[in-house]
Amino acid sequence: MRRWLFPLAALAGLIALSLSLGAASFGEDAGWLLMVSRLPRTAAALLAGAGLALAGVVVQQVVQNRLVEPSLTGAPEAAMLGLLAVTLLAPGLAVAGKMLIAAGCALAGMAGYLALAARLPREDPMLLPIVGMVYGGILGAIGVWAAWSADLMQYLGAWRLGEFSGVMQGRYEWLWAIAALAGLLYVIADRITILGLGEAQARSLGLDYAQTRALGLVVVSVITALVLVTVGAFPFVGLVAPNLVARWRGDNLRANLPLIALGGGALLLAADVIGRLIRYPFEIPAATVIAVFGAGVFLWLLHAAPGRRHG
Amino acid sequence: MIEIADLHYSAGHTPILHGITTTLERGGITALIGPNGAGKSTLLHCISGLEKPSSGSVRIDGIDPFTVPHRQRARTVALLQQSPALVSRLKVRELVGFGRWPHHQGRPGPEDAAQIDRALTAFALDDLAGRSIDTLSGGQRQRAFIAMTYAQDTPWMLLDEPLNALDPRHARDLMARLHALSRDDKRSIVIVLHDINAAAGWADHIVAMKDGRILAQDSSAALLTPEVLREVFDTPFDLLHHKGRPVVVAR
Repeated sequence: MRRWLFPLAALAGLIALSLSLGAASFGEDAGWLLMVSRLPRTAAALLAGAGLALAGVVVQQVVQNRLVEPSLTGAPEAAMLGLLAVTLLAPGLAVAGKMLIAAGCALAGMAGYLALAARLPREDPMLLPIVGMVYGGILGAIGVWAAWSADLMQYLGAWRLGEFSGVMQGRYEWLWAIAALAGLLYVIADRITILGLGEAQARSLGLDYAQTRALGLVVVSVITALVLVTVGAFPFVGLVAPNLVARWRGDNLRANLPLIALGGGALLLAADVIGRLIRYPFEIPAATVIAVFGAGVFLWLLHAAPGRRHG
Repeated sequence: MIEIADLHYSAGHTPILHGITTTLERGGITALIGPNGAGKSTLLHCISGLEKPSSGSVRIDGIDPFTVPHRQRARTVALLQQSPALVSRLKVRELVGFGRWPHHQGRPGPEDAAQIDRALTAFALDDLAGRSIDTLSGGQRQRAFIAMTYAQDTPWMLLDEPLNALDPRHARDLMARLHALSRDDKRSIVIVLHDINAAAGWADHIVAMKDGRILAQDSSAALLTPEVLREVFDTPFDLLHHKGRPVVVAR
């Protein structure tokens, strides 16, 4: 239990900081402020970060490459295309419907990426993330073109640059679904670990490979959609948190999934707190902060690890 | 017993196996030899139910690996694929433990722990049990993966070129271990080998393949003749004897 002490203490400190930080100061209505704004904002950052980190590790196991994450598979860009279509064609659709369409499009986007990835030689671990970047870039460009033509650029901007300043009670509760999905992933943690051994080995162990992979990717799509619709997209969280945990504790997801979720949540909350501090009382989007920090960690990973070779 | 009847397999439009019909008896080590591209790995994948043949049938101890539930298949036959070069950060004990997955499906019991211990000991991995796979040498890593296949506790173990990337000492040790398992543990081992002398020294039976067909199949002593080897590999061989064991040398 001792090794949990430091991460948990750091997380508690971050939460306390996040709760006490803001343009409004605590007065008579401190409790109201906490309930309506500060707690929701803190919970949203933790849930979104945990979800993105878990989605990241699932994608990494599926493609057997540590340098890939959902935002390098076209999933968020595809989901944005779906949301643009909804905004144009059925602007009155309920949030649940938007989520469903965004998740479906994210899944289709990832399926396209996996079809591309299956044709790539696996010797060079850098190829998968680079192809993912190009693929996501193409989908993103289509989105920009569509949004520009339809005069929806402000929507696209909000999705592409995730931040938490708009989070209030009643406007983030969908993110709690991530907690349920995290529970589901914990139940199938062994199966997800076995996916990472590669298809032949996984099937030889009696795993229903196609079914497990499909289930994992559906969970990733739903998480992507939940986060995107509620608070916008964040790069690198799905890359950084799983990689740091793997370096520290290894690849056994039964033991490490809670830590990966915790790490992702702490990372995004830290990014949000830093974004609130830098130009206090103004704010910098958490996505911007995480992009700067995450890019640094990504470069370090590239330098330090050849990624994961494929069998 | 493995019974294969008129097995054809194509990868896309490229035919790989052309009508394989054979029977592999239980017990001992059966080596698959043949030149590159003969279809040895493909045959192993078809037997283990991982690649669906375009026609023909496979039965392992009477079961059809393509129709039985995955879990039952995984308790009958275990495949170790060629060079699992995957740089995993699983610990050795965790990796070997996944060999028990078809038995416990996520809830390991004392029997599973005992089997893992046995597998670690059988492959001399006790001292490495807590090490991460990515910190091991190639030979140690190979042993860890074979120990996982062994822990799966199936009557049939299929190993695809497990001697790849092993130096002579580790290759010899591994063959000796497998030989002992086939005797003491009554495992039936089917193994793809590129080193004909490893087959000559350790295998009980040899299946020689070429161009997606079986050219010859017999006990090691009977099969290893210069004539057969020449036909299989398109190159002349001499057969010598050293300390009672056959040794073949490409001329």
